[in-house]
Amino acid sequence: MVDDTGIGEGSGRFPATRHSAVLAAQSGDLIERERGLAILVAAYWKPIYKYLRIRHREGNEDAKDLTQGFFARALEKEFFAAYDPGKGSFRTYLRVCLDRHVANERKAAQRQKRSPGSPVVPLDFDVAEGELALAGPAADRTMDQYFHDEFVRSLFALSVDTLREECALRGKDLPFRLFERYELDRDPEERLTYERLAEELHIPVTQVTNFLAFARREFRRIVLEKLREITTSDREFREEARGLLGVSE
Amino acid sequence: MRWLSDETVRHLKAVAEWPDLGETKYRPLEELGRGGMATVYLAEDTVLGRRVALKVVATAASRPEIVERMRTEARVIARLEHPGIVPVHDAGMLPDGRVYYAMKRVDGKRLDELAGTMALPERLRAFQRICEAVAFAHAHGVVHRDLKPENVMIGAFGEVLVMDWGVAKVLADPDGGSAAASAPGASGTADGQIIGTLAYMAPEQAEGSAERTGDAADVYALGAILYFLLTGRAPFDDAAAGRRAHGEARLAPTPPRRIDPAIPRPLESIVLRAMAADPAGRYASAAEAAAEVARFLDGERVVSHREGLIERAGRFFTRYQAPILIVLAYLVARTALLLFARR
Repeated sequence: MVDDTGIGEGSGRFPATRHSAVLAAQSGDLIERERGLAILVAAYWKPIYKYLRIRHREGNEDAKDLTQGFFARALEKEFFAAYDPGKGSFRTYLRVCLDRHVANERKAAQRQKRSPGSPVVPLDFDVAEGELALAGPAADRTMDQYFHDEFVRSLFALSVDTLREECALRGKDLPFRLFERYELDRDPEERLTYERLAEELHIPVTQVTNFLAFARREFRRIVLEKLREITTSDREFREEARGLLGVSE
Repeated sequence: MRWLSDETVRHLKAVAEWPDLGETKYRPLEELGRGGMATVYLAEDTVLGRRVALKVVATAASRPEIVERMRTEARVIARLEHPGIVPVHDAGMLPDGRVYYAMKRVDGKRLDELAGTMALPERLRAFQRICEAVAFAHAHGVVHRDLKPENVMIGAFGEVLVMDWGVAKVLADPDGGSAAASAPGASGTADGQIIGTLAYMAPEQAEGSAERTGDAADVYALGAILYFLLTGRAPFDDAAAGRRAHGEARLAPTPPRRIDPAIPRPLESIVLRAMAADPAGRYASAAEAAAEVARFLDGERVVSHREGLIERAGRFFTRYQAPILIVLAYLVARTALLLFARR
């Protein structure tokens, strides 16, 4: 009898404990800290930027500066060193740090003089701004929910990118194309079937289902790997994964 | 990095949750539906080349009792070979520890979705089929404990299938062994724990009495299903169902004819008898409830209904309509002939 059938158990198909980016971001070693922070920035910069725009009603330019500044300060001041996994999820801690950072910046009235510092990774704020225009209203959600939803969007988008890159490296472009067509670009009205996809691509239906099964499996693996990377403990990883997959216990 | 719409994110969440069937002979094709405990996928059996329904415990359902419930369901269904119960082909555990079982794929709709489009005799015949499947389960020592329209499928060819045996209780092992030996955990519901759906649940079950929840509880739920089939609504709304869980388990439903006076009285009597608060006051078996509905359909007297003289005459007329009309036509013609001859 298994005690826990959740994510991470079993025969090791799920990501084994990898070096957590959060732990790396807490490291005393600057290079390690930069490495960890780069992973966290990739996962969180968009949710943070959008959160600043929506929750704190910051203008486009101020939100850009605050986002860059937040990560630069995190690197300099070792924001994340104080994170205690026993007290809550890293995402909640991050948001508390962000709110505090915004309050401090406002209090110091330094916004006009604020130097965001050199970006940890290049951030395309125009894209984030465009996404804000496309996204549904945030008004019907709590800010906690909004931040979570944007984090999920960012995590999935990163995972799709990684899936594309990995498929290209392994010469598996067709499975990715199928995944893109069937799971990402599908118009709900279109009633796309496996048979129709097979016709479109001139391949047997069994190949369509095989390739899609492969791509879905890989997508799931990548999502969980990324999640493992930005959590600090098995417990946090499991809780985040359960929340992310949207299944109530 | 591409932007993902809310719709795509929701869809990808479901995709990320899809089971990894890599080491099994199944390949998932579509999600068919999901409940609190498990998700059902359409999958392809790559060995036999057929499509099956694959029920997989939800990712987050890590509690041992939920895993055990799934196993129980697979075992329970496997022992019930009946046309009204979907056959299980296979069961196992996925590499990530999730329990699954494969069953026949049913093309059809749930009874609650379809009932509104069915004529009364059709609904009653479906009810009879449900009773037959439940009676078969009872004969094999299995109590369903969560009978409701949502757990009944009507197949493309009109077949009626009782689904979701996840909380079934095994009372006896037909092979002579103890229930616990044949299906561990199957009857292991602690007293005080309410299992099932309150809107369709027998009082003894709503009181959390595992000991007293037997065949009669299913008979009650069958009465509640008939109630739904006649009125289009569950016997207890959310508020009433909530009260039943808090000390008012014996709450009586509103009689069906008070909701729709056009409902035939004998059918109301069948519902009320099946849904008697006291188990001893209900039909002794699901087969008996089915027989009562059969009597109604055949124009015979429903045993649990005390009919008045007018009602009896009406039923007699309905049942023997054709011969009565022939005799009447003969008498009218004969009288007319006699009168014509006298002139």
